[in-house]
Amino acid sequence: MTIRLGVPSKGRLMEKTFDWFGARGLTLRKRGNDREYAGVVEGIDGVELALLSAGEIPRELAAGRLHLGVTGSDLVREKVAGWDLRLRELAQMGFGGADLVIAVPQGWVDVDTLDDLDAVAAAFRRDHGFRLRIATKYHRLTREFLKEHGVADYQLVDSQGATEGVVRNETAEAISDITSTGETLRANGLKILSDGMIHSSQATLFRSSTAEWSEAHRATLDALEDKLGL
Amino acid sequence: MMPGPMGPEARAEAARLSAIFEGLGAQPVDTSILQPADVLLDLYGEDIRARAYVTADPLRGEMMLRPDFTVPVVRAHMDEGGDPARYSYAGEVFRRQETDPARPIEFLQVGFEIFGGEPAQADAEVFATISGALEGLELRPATGDIGILMAAVRGLKTSEARKGALLRHVWRPRRFRALLDRYGARTPLPAHKKALLAAADPFEGAGPALGLRGRREVEARIATLRAEADTRPLSEEEMALVDMILDLRETAPNVLSALRDIAVDMPAIGDAVTGLTRRLDAMSARGIDVDALPFEGSFGRTTLEYYDGFVFGFQSPTRADLPPVATGGRYDALTRHLGKGRAVPAVGGVIRPELAVQIREGRA
Repeated sequence: MTIRLGVPSKGRLMEKTFDWFGARGLTLRKRGNDREYAGVVEGIDGVELALLSAGEIPRELAAGRLHLGVTGSDLVREKVAGWDLRLRELAQMGFGGADLVIAVPQGWVDVDTLDDLDAVAAAFRRDHGFRLRIATKYHRLTREFLKEHGVADYQLVDSQGATEGVVRNETAEAISDITSTGETLRANGLKILSDGMIHSSQATLFRSSTAEWSEAHRATLDALEDKLGL
Repeated sequence: MMPGPMGPEARAEAARLSAIFEGLGAQPVDTSILQPADVLLDLYGEDIRARAYVTADPLRGEMMLRPDFTVPVVRAHMDEGGDPARYSYAGEVFRRQETDPARPIEFLQVGFEIFGGEPAQADAEVFATISGALEGLELRPATGDIGILMAAVRGLKTSEARKGALLRHVWRPRRFRALLDRYGARTPLPAHKKALLAAADPFEGAGPALGLRGRREVEARIATLRAEADTRPLSEEEMALVDMILDLRETAPNVLSALRDIAVDMPAIGDAVTGLTRRLDAMSARGIDVDALPFEGSFGRTTLEYYDGFVFGFQSPTRADLPPVATGGRYDALTRHLGKGRAVPAVGGVIRPELAVQIREGRA
């Protein structure tokens, strides 16, 4: 019985993932030419490698079509409702770090905290006749965070890319986005709220609780965990 | 097998309850399942997206599968109805479940709403009707009155800006508490605010002004912050009185006597306390055992953001795992909000028939 391991199919995230397994005696590589999205795992029997977009791995894990998968912890929390019932974290891998944060224009010298954002949202709605817009692609995480902190009178607007530019373009007043160093935010005239950290994300190895786990699968997982020192 | 939320047992129970409400003269109303999303978003804010299914129509824009009946019933009444009026409704509502897969996403609701009339009498009639309709299930009632807390806030000896901010967050207990503690100087002014207010030019070294919220709005907020910093802290006495109201948790007669004591130092809640007295009298006249009725000062503050007076719920003490079988309350401000200037006192209650069926079967 083979267990299916899903890892990101390209870029630095793929390379770092290969390095992480490599450092633990397991060689992951793409099969055949570089365009193919099937791969092999050497150093252990019974593990099949699937190369997928990092954004699809949470869904595949939740559906049980992957036994194990490497993806950002932010993506799992955003895309899988009740994620901790369906997935378990096996290892935080120490790379792919990025913070999901709330950022506002630097010119808002009166705004430093969520408390300020809430007060400004109330005034903005009164003055402009609509709710203050926060652009993001992390709708669930942002909404839960703002609800938890009692921020009202805002609305989320969808932004699937170049989110740092929306304030300048006047399609939103604030953003909720991923940043690793904050450099792009600063370059776009934005600043992070001092208590605006929603989630500190990194590449994480997840185990699906919904996949089939026969005795043979479990034996393979035990062997893999031994190798990985988990 | 356990009866489902939409099964024949639940439908039969819904029909039984509807007949009771219609027997009291309630006019049956029907509402569309698809509701315009903008009205609900305007009312509840972004939080409603976590609870309601959103879909889109090419011509009408975003629509929501109705998450409850109150808003469409109030809209229908404000558009067409005359006062006084009483309505009953029964049908399915839809709720997204983001965390607990065991909770149903579609279930029936049966409700009874009274528009107009003497408030204490209407409150008592709705409560007694719901209570009577569920007789035999041995449910535990819970009651509260958000109007008392709101009256206390309106009566604070402080700025209108502070009162407005507190009233805006009555339904968000955590932020309400944070604001209250700040206004009472229990928490210090954050360093960022201190520096901002002390700066000769607050904009020195600031980045560019970007977006729709311009420099003028930032200046206006700084002026607000200055005025706030110059406002005297709430007195210890007033803070203690508000805390006492929030912490009330006793039988209704004991709460009433505590509130009468509080009203001596805080006359602003006098009318609300008189209203509570009248309501309890009216409930007693309808056969409710008022002496044993629980009352909580904070009840109803974490549910939907429209109850602004009497609030109640009925829960099974033996099935604490289930949500309340029935909930309800007064929502005068909602009618003003949806009535475009016109307002009608309104109170209502809603029952989930499938929960009543489950509890009844568990007892059999």
